[in-house]
Parts: sequence; structure tokens; C-alpha cells
Amino acid sequence: MTLNIAIKNGRVIDPANNLDLLTDLYISDGKIAALGQAPDGFVADQNIDACNLIVSPGLIDLCANLREPGYSRKGTIASETAAAAAGGITTLCMPPLTKPIADTTAVIDLIEDLAKQAGNARVLPMGALTQALKGEQLSPMYGLSQSGCIGFTNARQPIHSSLTLVRCLEYAATHDLLVIFQPMDADLAAGGTMHDDITCTRLGLSGIPESAETIEVARCLLLVEQTGVKAHFGQLSCERSVKMVTDARHRGLRVTADIAIQNLLLTDENVNGFDPNFHLIPPLRSQLDRAGLRHALVSDGFQAICSDHQPHELAAKQAPFAATEPGMTGLETLLSLSLMLVQQELISLPQMLAKLTSGPASVLNIDLGTLTPGSSADICIFDPQQEWMLTDENRRSAGANTPFMNFPLKGVVRYTLLNGALVFQQ
Amino acid sequence: MFVQQDPNLIQLNSAGQLKHFLTTEGLSREMLTEILDTADSFVDMNAQQVKKVPLLRGKTVVNLFFEASTRTASTFELAAKRLSADVLNLNIKTSSTSKGETLKDTLMTMEAMHSDMFVVRHSDSGAAHYIARDVTPHVAVINAGDGRHAHPTQAMLDMLTIRQHKGAFEPLTVAIVGDILHSRVARSQIHALRTLGATEIRVIAPTTLLPRHIEALGVTVFTDMQQGLKDVDVVMMLRLQKERMQSALLPSESEFYSRYGLTEEKLKLTHPDSIVMHPGPINRGVEIETSVADGPKSMILKQVTNGIAVRMAVMSMAMGGQITEQQAARESE
Repeated sequence: MTLNIAIKNGRVIDPANNLDLLTDLYISDGKIAALGQAPDGFVADQNIDACNLIVSPGLIDLCANLREPGYSRKGTIASETAAAAAGGITTLCMPPLTKPIADTTAVIDLIEDLAKQAGNARVLPMGALTQALKGEQLSPMYGLSQSGCIGFTNARQPIHSSLTLVRCLEYAATHDLLVIFQPMDADLAAGGTMHDDITCTRLGLSGIPESAETIEVARCLLLVEQTGVKAHFGQLSCERSVKMVTDARHRGLRVTADIAIQNLLLTDENVNGFDPNFHLIPPLRSQLDRAGLRHALVSDGFQAICSDHQPHELAAKQAPFAATEPGMTGLETLLSLSLMLVQQELISLPQMLAKLTSGPASVLNIDLGTLTPGSSADICIFDPQQEWMLTDENRRSAGANTPFMNFPLKGVVRYTLLNGALVFQQ
Repeated sequence: MFVQQDPNLIQLNSAGQLKHFLTTEGLSREMLTEILDTADSFVDMNAQQVKKVPLLRGKTVVNLFFEASTRTASTFELAAKRLSADVLNLNIKTSSTSKGETLKDTLMTMEAMHSDMFVVRHSDSGAAHYIARDVTPHVAVINAGDGRHAHPTQAMLDMLTIRQHKGAFEPLTVAIVGDILHSRVARSQIHALRTLGATEIRVIAPTTLLPRHIEALGVTVFTDMQQGLKDVDVVMMLRLQKERMQSALLPSESEFYSRYGLTEEKLKLTHPDSIVMHPGPINRGVEIETSVADGPKSMILKQVTNGIAVRMAVMSMAMGGQITEQQAARESE
């Protein structure tokens, strides 16, 4: 049963409609019923006082590894979607890096069932672009899309043969399916654990040069142009990569991009000291790259900011730097970290929220990430000024692997609604 | 965004004394000089008939070699024994900790046996820092080589050898030749030479064997050995691993030798009083001509002798620093 909910006196920001207004929002039947004036005959079962709070569409995260099936020691769909709800995220895309790999409808159905049971967030699985991500045989993309796959990616597994890649793209284009690249040249990145630069040289670690990303971006863009497929580039870390994608879009290609929030805030110098929480792939890049990414943020060079959520069990990070598993948990800090971009006066609050709502929705071409009456009542209500810390006691994610653990943050999610139902409040 | 403390400060106790020895980076000139002075006193003792002092009597030193080693492991063992410690040698030759027991579990097991000092060699850069910071901070950790990151006792025995022959570091031009990319020895030498005040540090290698932006560590890069060796006071050769030939880093041993091998001919370009060093084991005819390795300028065996003294010095100093720290901790409780 869904309730009629009235959200009163909030600052309602809906980037999709260029709306930023102190007003009321009415929810009925799991959908946005009206803004401002209550619809005729509306009787609220519940009132939410959003005075001094921001009312935003629920956030959409384009890359979150939920670890299930196959890696439930790192996290489960239940635990990680609970973390998403606590972070104001109502929709998330999940890479096919499960065990078994998400290249059959059975796995996709299982993920969707588990997500439905948990009921915390909308999970949009990405299908494998090639069978078992081996880069050899096409996956049954059409069937997978019918089961609910939002797009297809080979994650960071290589497709060595450009011919195979062309065929993947042609086949996806045939059915107008979205292809998602997480570009990394496997040979250039082989054995690498951090950005190949001064810090890497000092620490004696193996480097991942920018070219590991830019060469693959260039190859993919040329083949996108040849095949006409709709493509998205996920978690770009190099300024040059974003420029190439932006140029291609200006030439008329159907290409979009997202950046992981950590790459907008941190640099390779953070690795100094071998803290495994900074062992990330794609790696934290140079100050120049970060500046380039931040410039692209201001100039609308990419569409979305994502968490690149990768929770781990403790043991995965308890080893010397290079021997640890890469990635950080990020669902619960995505909003607060993105708010830093506003606090640093890089972009406005509505511009930032666009990168977490309407932007990713446009990448996926879905009717979410907006408060337009009639759309799903996925809503995030937060206090942008309130301070908090993510701690071992309050975290919902199974992973504690983030450098932002016990770090003073601003921006507390107070309510998260999914399809008009409260899935989180505090 | 993150206020970062110098990660190398974990080597020091609250009184500024050495309690671990992980890297030469970030240590003061006074500290490096103290290590050299202490080592000098052990050099004299090691030449005596009775080569033992009771500095580590009753202490247990565990040599944990996760990577094969002959001279480093044996000189550490001898050093510990000459300090009267009880020594346990463990050769755990696994390529990664994922095979069976984790590094953490191995170390914690050893700590539970009331070990007082770990001498650790590991193939992962940062392994010694990891152990000292996260696993067993109350056991003195001596880095016997971690990945490509650091090999501080090797660097200090090189410094001791240089000081014995050259006196002061300030006037010296030093060339480090060979596989800089994969070398923990080179990185530790560079930090030590800079701190001790050498005038110029040169690295000589083909670009395939140079890490990116190595000049940021304060060295001058030469890809031409003839130019790089001109008038240098000290030539420090590095070992070239044979497997580098298979990984498209170099065309062949003979071409490497012709371009970067230290021959009598090239040695003439150096200062007339120059000395030649090599951490061993040497590849004759690949990095160095036999007559140079065995010649009058060669310090190779002297380095081995000094290795024992330097290891005695850092082991006794780090143990002292740990004990001081733990006493202070007990008193404050």
C-alpha cells in the first residue's frame, strides 16, 4: 500500500525542469502528483516537514558494484542497496562483475529478484558485452535487454581483437542498445596499481600511464563512429579522455561520460604512505588531470558523477598496497562528497544535482531523475549543511574501505523515497 | 583535503630515535650520520678476534624473507648473532600472499612468539611500511628490501663505503648506472646521497629502464653513459635481472653491455680517484667487465664487509628506540 505524502516547505530542486523553488510536493500512488498546490481531493496520510531541507529527485548512480551473486563476503544486494538508500540514491547501475558473470538472463533475473526483495533501491543491471567478459563471443544482448539490462559493458576486461569489438558494437547498434566502456588498455595497465608519475616513482609501485586509458578511449570512439552505436564512457580519469569524448559529441556522435567523485577530489599524491584505501582503478590521477576534470564539470563536458562503489571485506585491504584489491565503497558518501564541489564554489547546488539526477537519466534514456508530475516518486530529502561522519557503527555498506571513513562531511540525507515509499529516514 | 603526515615518520619514536628502519627517505642527515658512525665502530669490532657484543642479548630476531636472498639474508643473520641475539631464519618463498597464509597472519604468528625484531624482505613495495604501521608496530621492523621501493641497509652500507674512501659527501658526483626502474637500491641510494649532501647524483640508463619523472627525486638523467660518467667520483652499478630481456625492455645482453656495461675503457672517463661499487650479485660481462669488478677501484667485497656493520648498527639502534618507546608507554599508563 502506498501512502499519500505531502512534503512541505522544502527547497525543491529539479534540474530536469530548471526548477529551484521553496514549495510543497505531493505524492500519490507512488508518483509525483503535484508541485505547489495539492491536487483536488488530496488527503495526506503523512506530512514531511522539509523546512531548511533540499528536496531533490532520488540520485542515480551509474556505477555501483553490489557484489552479489558471487562475492557476498564483500557485500550483498540487500546491504549495498540499504547503503544506497541511506545515501539518497534510488537508482543504481550495476556492472556485470558478479560470479557467475552477468551474461545470462538467469543471473539478471536473480539480481532483479534480490533487489526487489530488498526493496531499497532500483537496481539496473548492466549485461556483459561478451560472454564471460572474455572478449571473444558476443553475449545474448537482445535477450538480456528484454530481461532488463540497461546497457552492455566488458567492464575493464580487454577485448583485444578490434574486429570482435566492432561486431559487438554493430550488434548493439542493430538493437539500439547502449554500450558502456570502462576504458583501459590491458597491456599498458598490466600490473599497475597507481597513476604513473612522481609519487609512483618514489614509492616504487608499478604505474598505470594515462595512455592506458586514452588509447582505449580513442579506439572505442573511432569504432563508435564507424558503427553508430550509442555509447557511454564510465569513470574517466584523464583530462584528455574527457576532451576526446566531448569533441566526438560535438561532432554528432551519441556519446556521454561520467566521472567518479573521487577523481574530482583526490590526486595520486594521496597514495603517498601506501594507504590501500587509495588503491583505486581507474587510479587517482595528477593534479593537472583533476583540474581538467573539474574544468569539464564546469563546462558540462560530462553528464554524470558516479560513486564507482566497490565494497570489500577487511582482508582485501589488509596487505601491502599492491597486493590489496582496488576500489572504495562510495554509496553513502556520494552526495556529501559531491556537495564539496558546491562548497568549493566550483558549481551551484542545482548544477551538482543535475550530475546526480537528470544527467545520468539522460545517459540511460530513462524517465527518472526528475520531479515532473506523473514520474516515479523517487526523492532524496537532505540537509546540505548538517555535519556528519561515516563510521564503522553507522555504515550500512558491508565495506569500510574508504579514505573518507571518520572524515568530517557535510550533507545529511534525512529521507529517501522510492516509488513513493519511505526507504530511509533519520 | 587530507592532512598527511610524512609517512616515513613512523620510523621514529617520540624522542626522534629510530624504532624501525624502513627507508632512507625522510630521515635527517644527523640520523644517517649516526647510523654511519655506529656502523664504523662495529667495523673495527668485526676485525677483532672476538666479534660479539651483548647489545641484543635475550632478544629474538626473526629474518622473514618472502623473496630469495643470499648475501642480504646471511649478513643480517651474522649481524644479529654478533649482537648476541637469538635468530630465527624463515624463507617463505611465495610469490604472493594469496597463496595460503596471509602476510598479516604470518607476522602476527611470529609476534605471538614474542619476537623483538623482524627483518623483512618482500616483493611488494610498501610491505615493510604495512607491517610497521598496521600489523606489528611494537616489533622493530628492518626493511631488507620491499619491491622496487627501498633497500635502506644496502644504501647505508654503500654510504659507509663511500665515506671510508672519500671522507665527505659534499664534493662528490655520483653516478648510478643500470636498471633504475626496478631498483629499490637506486631509490634508497638517491635519498641517502641527497640527504648526506652529495653535489650531483646522476642516473644513467636507457629510457626503458628509467621510472617516470625520476628527476623529481633530485637526480640528473643521462641516457649516454660516456657523458654521464665524465669526472664522476663514485660509480654505483646496479644488477640487471636476466628476465628484463624477455619483457621488451632491452634488445639483448650484449647490446646492453656495449651501451651501459662498465668497461675499463669507460671507466677512464671518470675521475682518476673514482671508486666502483655494485650491490651484487654481479653479472660479469653484462653490467661490468671482469677486470673492473676485480680491479683496484672495485669496492664490491668491501661493501659486503660493511654490510654486516651497517646492519648491526641499525638493528641495535632500532631495538633501542623500540625499548625506549615501550618504556615511555608503560610509564604513562
